[in-house]
Amino acid sequence: MNLKKDKMLRLGFFLVALSTLSALAIITIFIFVEGVPLINKVGLVKFIFGMKWAPSQGLYGIFPMIVGTVTVTFGAALIGVPVALCVSIFLTEFAPKKIRTFMRSAIQLLAGIPSVVYGFWGLTFIVPFIRDYLGGPGLSILAGSLILAIMILPTIISITEVSLLSLPSLYKQGSLALGATHWQTIYHVLIPSAKSGIMAAIILGIGRAIGETMAVIMVLGNAVALPNSILDPARTLTTNIGIEMGYASGAHQQALFATGIVLLVMIMMLNSIAQFIVRKR
Amino acid sequence: MLMRPKTAEKVAQTIIWSVSILVVLLLFFIVSFILIKGVPTLTWDFLTQNPTQSGRSGGILSTIVSTLMVTLVAILVATPFGVGTAFYLTEFTYESKVTKIIRFSAESLAAIPSIVYGLFGFIFFVIYLKLGWSILSGGLTMAVMILPTIIRTSEEAILSVPRAYREVSFSLGGNKWQTITRAVLPSAFPGITAGIILGIGRCVAETAAVILTAGSSLHMPESLFDPSRTMAVHFYILAREGISMERAYGTATLLIIIILGINLTANMLVNRFIAKTR
Repeated sequence: MNLKKDKMLRLGFFLVALSTLSALAIITIFIFVEGVPLINKVGLVKFIFGMKWAPSQGLYGIFPMIVGTVTVTFGAALIGVPVALCVSIFLTEFAPKKIRTFMRSAIQLLAGIPSVVYGFWGLTFIVPFIRDYLGGPGLSILAGSLILAIMILPTIISITEVSLLSLPSLYKQGSLALGATHWQTIYHVLIPSAKSGIMAAIILGIGRAIGETMAVIMVLGNAVALPNSILDPARTLTTNIGIEMGYASGAHQQALFATGIVLLVMIMMLNSIAQFIVRKR
Repeated sequence: MLMRPKTAEKVAQTIIWSVSILVVLLLFFIVSFILIKGVPTLTWDFLTQNPTQSGRSGGILSTIVSTLMVTLVAILVATPFGVGTAFYLTEFTYESKVTKIIRFSAESLAAIPSIVYGLFGFIFFVIYLKLGWSILSGGLTMAVMILPTIIRTSEEAILSVPRAYREVSFSLGGNKWQTITRAVLPSAFPGITAGIILGIGRCVAETAAVILTAGSSLHMPESLFDPSRTMAVHFYILAREGISMERAYGTATLLIIIILGINLTANMLVNRFIAKTR
């Protein structure tokens, strides 16, 4: 009697747990169903490598936005990853307990601040700074990268910290006992041992940068053209959707869903790589 | 490695300390930048009056109510699914293909950009289910978005409940349901609550997904089917269109205060939880 009840219960919880899979399936299906017809009409190659995005003329090429996404994200990673690694090492190896607790809350706050607030701060502080001291319109790839570099810090720091903390303490003790300095131990023992966790952290951080919309809309300038320098404005895949979804209809709207497909595929690939690295350990 | 080990040690320590201090200073700079200009705006009238002239004057009451309603829908829907999934993963099954697929789905949901959630919510809830731009559409979209957060934190909370609790319950003749609800759930409760609170934080801060699903109407919502504008969306529109910088700063200040309060509450719960289980 009890056994039968437990089995029913198990089935119930199993059905609830399927919600994640069904949600993922429904999201994917609905985005694809909306977007694929347009990709078919335009042609996949022309859609992805097309240089001109002019919905009013029926031209849907998203290559400039792919370039925008890749450069802004690359810049963000270039600035954000070293900073995040420093902070993670600080938290796990150097910080006294009180400072560590304080700093964890600070990073948690950094993660919680709405992205529009970052965008606004960038718009009123970073953008004029770039315009005045480095030239160009200020609304630029550099501004986007700087804002995103700050925004991906919490993701990279928290995952790196966890993987550094989960190393057996024997690694550190052994290295120190052999006469290595603290930094030699960190650089030659701890970081290499936590390599896979750190890689996953960086990939997930990059995923966040690719997916961020509102902050980037406010500082990137949103011009649909191939940028020539990091001081030029650009448009990313996410901002393309964010700006135009407000008024798009018909084929134009489908094209934005098609942009969403490209975004979704990029994120899924990164996410699978990150999970593969973590699982392999 | 041409540097002498002791010199390298000094250099590395200096760099790591200064970078870390710089990050904290940067956070202070961003937060104080908003607060200094925003706190004077945060008057009682600002919080209790509805916006007028598309936000140029008046307060932000309707956006506060909208935020609360969207968040409430999201939490009410996501909590049973999130906590249930966490219980399934921890109490009902061993690691298998099925758990791998469920975990993979949850991690993927966590990785999907919010603007894609916006697209999905728009085509699925707003158009396909004919809910229109509404609190319900916005809340349901946010529910899917915070599901992974709730699953992950609940799972951690459940896993850290000592095994003995379950064994005692079973040995006293408790069945699975009694064990879960009376032995495991009470001690995992603070941890689970912390996860829900973090989910609230994400709902309050979200803009991209909400603007496409709940809309941006400034009217005071009267039912779940009304369109609405949350605080984060309001801030975005005020700032981007330059409608009222003063009110934009005020709204952002309230957002930051709420997020700070949410983080502190969640941390307190987690700390109490750790103290209790050790």
